[in-house]
Amino acid sequence: MTETALLALVVVTALVFDFTNGFHDTGNAMAPSIATRALKPKQAVLLAAILNMVGAFLSLTVAATIATGIVDSGVVTLGVVLAGLAGGIIWNLVTWLVRLPSSSSHALVGGVVGAVLAAAGTQGVIWSGLVSKVLLPALLAPIIAIAVAGVGTWLVTRVTGSIAQKHNDRSFRFGQIGSASLMALAHGTNDAQKTMGIILLALIAAGKVAPDAGVPSWVIVSCAVAMALGTYTGGWRVIRTLGKGLVKLDSRQGLSADMSSASVILLSSHFGYSLSTTHVATGSILGTGIGRKGASVGWSVARKMFVAWLITVPAAAAVGGLCYGIGELFGAGAGPWVVFGILVATSAVIFALARRQPVHADNVNDEWEAKGDEESILAQAVSMHNPRLMRVRKPPRKRKRKAPHPPKKVKKKSKTQQAKKHAKKGSGAGSGSGKKKNKAKSGKSKSKSKSKSGGKSKSKKKSKAG
Amino acid sequence: MNTFVEWGALGNIVLFGLIIGAGLPTLYALGVRALDTSSRAVGHNVTLLKVGAYACFGVVAAIILGALAFIALGGH
Repeated sequence: MTETALLALVVVTALVFDFTNGFHDTGNAMAPSIATRALKPKQAVLLAAILNMVGAFLSLTVAATIATGIVDSGVVTLGVVLAGLAGGIIWNLVTWLVRLPSSSSHALVGGVVGAVLAAAGTQGVIWSGLVSKVLLPALLAPIIAIAVAGVGTWLVTRVTGSIAQKHNDRSFRFGQIGSASLMALAHGTNDAQKTMGIILLALIAAGKVAPDAGVPSWVIVSCAVAMALGTYTGGWRVIRTLGKGLVKLDSRQGLSADMSSASVILLSSHFGYSLSTTHVATGSILGTGIGRKGASVGWSVARKMFVAWLITVPAAAAVGGLCYGIGELFGAGAGPWVVFGILVATSAVIFALARRQPVHADNVNDEWEAKGDEESILAQAVSMHNPRLMRVRKPPRKRKRKAPHPPKKVKKKSKTQQAKKHAKKGSGAGSGSGKKKNKAKSGKSKSKSKSKSGGKSKSKKKSKAG
Repeated sequence: MNTFVEWGALGNIVLFGLIIGAGLPTLYALGVRALDTSSRAVGHNVTLLKVGAYACFGVVAAIILGALAFIALGGH
């Protein structure tokens, strides 16, 4: 394969990565405003896309550090860059599929590091650069963001505590639009540069530009456009987790979160100390939950997220290394195409999986704990013979303290016991007739109807069975 | 450890982050409060409060625009 074709393939893959970066990270800027309904979902992603594009043109400091500080540019070939990008894209898509906001930049760095490790061994990686530029900032970013957003929220809620919630909502939604815009802009300045850095790396590796060259303008433009397109597509799965899963946000918290994220990201960009947008945004949202009295924080979601962050770099590195190995196996001619093919196939599978439980602009704001209507739960429980589905979350009433009998028990016995119980409770004729109908069902559905407390479900069951 | 963490940059980020990231929302909140009619005690000078509120919003907007201009003009 000619060097130029390979370079073109790498650049296309890099732009694909930029696209996934955009749509994975839309939520960082827009999740709070969407969750508090300051902006309609579609408006929000459009605004974010435009501002991301503008932001990409604003500042170019980080581009240099990504390209040169972490791996030895002497060992970087186009094959390495391609495998690294494949690792980054695949990890981005996997985390998107499982709805976790994880850092796109870490995925990219991980992929490249893995490919370099496979290609040149441990001396190809500048470990101190990796630790100081990627791993430690990853730990520090959420802490800083939590602190800033926490203090901000605390102050804001103190100042506005005496004001009617309605008035607050209206005023702060207005401010939120401004702060979310700022955040989208910050994301553009920070993240589009990472892809620019990678393309620059590829150009250097192919010998098209000098090692100390700046970013060519066509690279800036194409990166900005790719990211804006990705942003507009909207990573609704991640937006939902950020906006609804972590903290129940009101518009004051939304404003504080966006303001904190935007200022920390722009400042880190300004001081040349790149912090992951995702980590900062997530930290800010958590911070608003901590800073406001009585706010509930979804720690279980947060914990999952932290775990995802921890494994992002090694996981992406593993994929990147694997891709490089496969590419090598097929030789210099076919290898890159095989890697590209694997990338396309994997992406297709992930998109197909995502379609099973789609999240889109219309359901992105649904309640986090999906209640589901009783009827459908009941129907599912019956059709799947799984009584556990009907278990009620509320604490059981006094009389029901006894644990339900395992289905193994003799049917006769459990039936009589149940009858006794109902008689004691005196829940009326409805339950009795319902019980009779139940006899047709298996012993399993027996214990299920017992665990359900009210007579309501009984009557429903009756209609189902009859 | 000192070589691994750029404490100077980090300190600046935290300091200015707190001033801007927590300060601006607070300023905005003060503006909102000054404009709020329900919680206003009798006897306050309405015009003064309004002027103060818009001054708050103005400062917030000015700082944001100023910071953007600073970044756009290569202040890094």
